[in-house]
Amino acid sequence: MNVRGETRLWLAQRASAAVLALCVIVHLVTLIYAVRGGLTGAEILERTRGSGAWFAFYSVFVLAVTVHAPIGLRAVLGEWLGWRGRPRDVALLLFAMLLAWMGMRAVMTVFA
Amino acid sequence: MSPTLRVRVWRGGAEGAFREYDVPRRESQTVLDVVTHVQRHLDPTLAYRYACRVGMCGSCAMTVNGAPRWTCRTHVDKVAKGDRLEVAPLKNLPVIRDLVTDMREFFDKWARAKGQFRGEKKRSDDFARVSPAAERRKLVDAAIECIGCAVCYSACDVAAWNPDYLGPAALNRAWTLVNDERDAQQAARLRAVAGDAGCHSCHTHMSCTDRCPKALSPTAGIAGLKRAVAAAALKGGL
Repeated sequence: MNVRGETRLWLAQRASAAVLALCVIVHLVTLIYAVRGGLTGAEILERTRGSGAWFAFYSVFVLAVTVHAPIGLRAVLGEWLGWRGRPRDVALLLFAMLLAWMGMRAVMTVFA
Repeated sequence: MSPTLRVRVWRGGAEGAFREYDVPRRESQTVLDVVTHVQRHLDPTLAYRYACRVGMCGSCAMTVNGAPRWTCRTHVDKVAKGDRLEVAPLKNLPVIRDLVTDMREFFDKWARAKGQFRGEKKRSDDFARVSPAAERRKLVDAAIECIGCAVCYSACDVAAWNPDYLGPAALNRAWTLVNDERDAQQAARLRAVAGDAGCHSCHTHMSCTDRCPKALSPTAGIAGLKRAVAAAALKGGL
């Protein structure tokens, strides 16, 4: 990958990290607040289903993870396993698609 | 203080072994004094490198008790574990023999990071006037005193993991030139220091800054390069 591409990946990872920092805080605070008196799966789904705002929030969360994690993994694979070049990037693209699919599947189940 | 120092010194090339020597302990003794004693009095075949002995030339760096240090300014009292000292060549560089490493790749990377100054003015032009109070000039001042000893390079985890990584010293040098308003190859330099071999691979472990004998902060320079490259990329100038 050329330096322009590498720089874009770096920018994407920093930007997605900023989004994730916010998302994780909101997620944890909501989690702690929601379960403070005990909560069942059925009660959770009753609250979350049909909520457009939470659907949008967790979609952004999943998108940020999809961008952030493979770029970080790319450096780990290069530095620890010496795996660089196009095959690594193709494998990570597939990994990103897997993350997006799994994440959005969960979001659809809980919020749609 | 024990009258004798038990010193383990690396002998051989990449393949080799430590050999032990007993060296008389003296007041204000430096690690370079110890190595010199071994070579002059105990084993004249020991290969090591030094020149100025006063922390200016950057040629005497070695791994002392596991950490890279400039040996001419490192007192034995500060680093010896009891009466024991271990001296090895710098890490992340090929070993030529004993304590001497091949520094070619280290300095070639300075060139690859466009560490050369290239101005635009001719002899007939007036002097460039750069105010010592200018912000960019202050950034240059903070990073310019590098003596090229390769202690930072030896301490760097990324240099160990990625053979193409330019390393803290080369990137620090590039940072001084990025802030040199007289230099005329800024875009090419930013391209040279970006990407997997450049500033974007730095994980900010700060080993270079922790170990730099001149108390410079290559980490800060590398962070500056990341900002400069990002700004150039966003403006489409990379």
